[in-house]
Amino acid sequence: MMILGIGLLALIAVSAFAIVRTDDVTNQVIALSFYGLLFALMFFVFQSPDVALSQVTVGAIALPLMVMLAITRMKHREELKRHKEEKGK
Amino acid sequence: MNRRFRLLLFFASALGVGAIYCAGAGNMPPWGVYRGPYGDVIVGLAVFERHATDTVNAITYDYRGFDTLGEEFILFSAVTGVMLLLRPQKGGKKEKEESQENPASFRDSAALSEAVQVFTTALFGFSVLFGIYIATHGQLTPGGGFQGGVIIAAAPMLLYIAENTEAFTRIVSHPIVEFFEGFGAALYAIVGFVALLIGAPFLTNVIPLGKTGDVFSSGTIAVISTCVGVEVTAAFILVTYEYLREILEREKKEEG
Amino acid sequence: MLAHYPYYVAAWVFLCGMYGIVRSRHLVHMVISLTILQTSTYVLLLAIGFRKGGYAPIFADISPGVVTVDPIVQALMLTDVVVEATVIALLLAMVVKAHEKGGTTKPEDLRYMRG
Repeated sequence: MMILGIGLLALIAVSAFAIVRTDDVTNQVIALSFYGLLFALMFFVFQSPDVALSQVTVGAIALPLMVMLAITRMKHREELKRHKEEKGK
Repeated sequence: MNRRFRLLLFFASALGVGAIYCAGAGNMPPWGVYRGPYGDVIVGLAVFERHATDTVNAITYDYRGFDTLGEEFILFSAVTGVMLLLRPQKGGKKEKEESQENPASFRDSAALSEAVQVFTTALFGFSVLFGIYIATHGQLTPGGGFQGGVIIAAAPMLLYIAENTEAFTRIVSHPIVEFFEGFGAALYAIVGFVALLIGAPFLTNVIPLGKTGDVFSSGTIAVISTCVGVEVTAAFILVTYEYLREILEREKKEEG
Repeated sequence: MLAHYPYYVAAWVFLCGMYGIVRSRHLVHMVISLTILQTSTYVLLLAIGFRKGGYAPIFADISPGVVTVDPIVQALMLTDVVVEATVIALLLAMVVKAHEKGGTTKPEDLRYMRG
């Protein structure tokens, strides 16, 4: 059980570095979902099922969902502005 | 201060902070050895004092219930902030002109197959039921109000994915969702005040504790867990609706 | 070194989050790096409360005399995970509004107040 915990912590360290080095925002959201799932697995291995349930629902599903909604709304507005400029020309 | 200088300054400070932290962390007890007394004290007492088998939820909603009240109000004010920032403004003529035109690129997503639509719609009822089970059984098994609330709030998104936008809009924009958010937060504080009426301190467990392992046991823990579940559901549904409001209104204008 | 391994991982994740904030070119990238900064505290809390050979502190099917891990630290983390998501939603609402009024998502272009 300790070997699993040590391996998971190493994977978390590598994932955290990979997320901050990703430049495209949409790719980062998928990586954030994977990171949340890794955390849920770590909570489960370290004998905390309550927090693992919380992390799976929030950190792997609800948080990337909200970031994705914000990105979609910004892209929506940019496309509308570009369409208006093209029509105005 | 340009970019390169900022990065150099960050690396220098990170090295310094890291060195001091690692020197300090070397003095902590080794990993796997737990020395603090309070964890063992509560684990020995919680089942007998409160008749609740889930010790973590007994701590969250009873022994340290006041902290959870504060966190719930953080949630409430954050959702109020989101609604204030993203509500549609009275732009007047400019907003109406913008919303008349519609670029073709909004409409060209591929339609889902019917098997996926049927299956996703069928999962909606199951998700809501599962969320209610987790939110109300907080004192017995891992779960509780926070987790169950998020599970119920994620269920309407299944309807949106199955392209049933009309049902999704009808569920999510109903004014009773706002009422439930305030109601859940207020009910938590009211349960605390009920203890004051009897003469005990705020948020004491005054409802009769039942048999350990029963659903209707452990007094106010079950009641508070359900209130928190109601509030978290309403909070997440409101946030999702605020972000999607523009896109939903445009789709409704397109079809109708 | 293996005895204090999770504390070093917590410091590494914290510094990764800060590196993301300092280096970011897009406001949403900055918000996601802030989320990673927040998760480093979970690693630290979990490492403090763990006990080798301990069971989970749920007595639904084990008898109440067994050695368990610390439940207080888990109670701290449980509410924190859910509240963090809502605070990130508020930050993202501010990012969306800044994009609407300023027209850009780069942090360096939003330096001066307008209008």
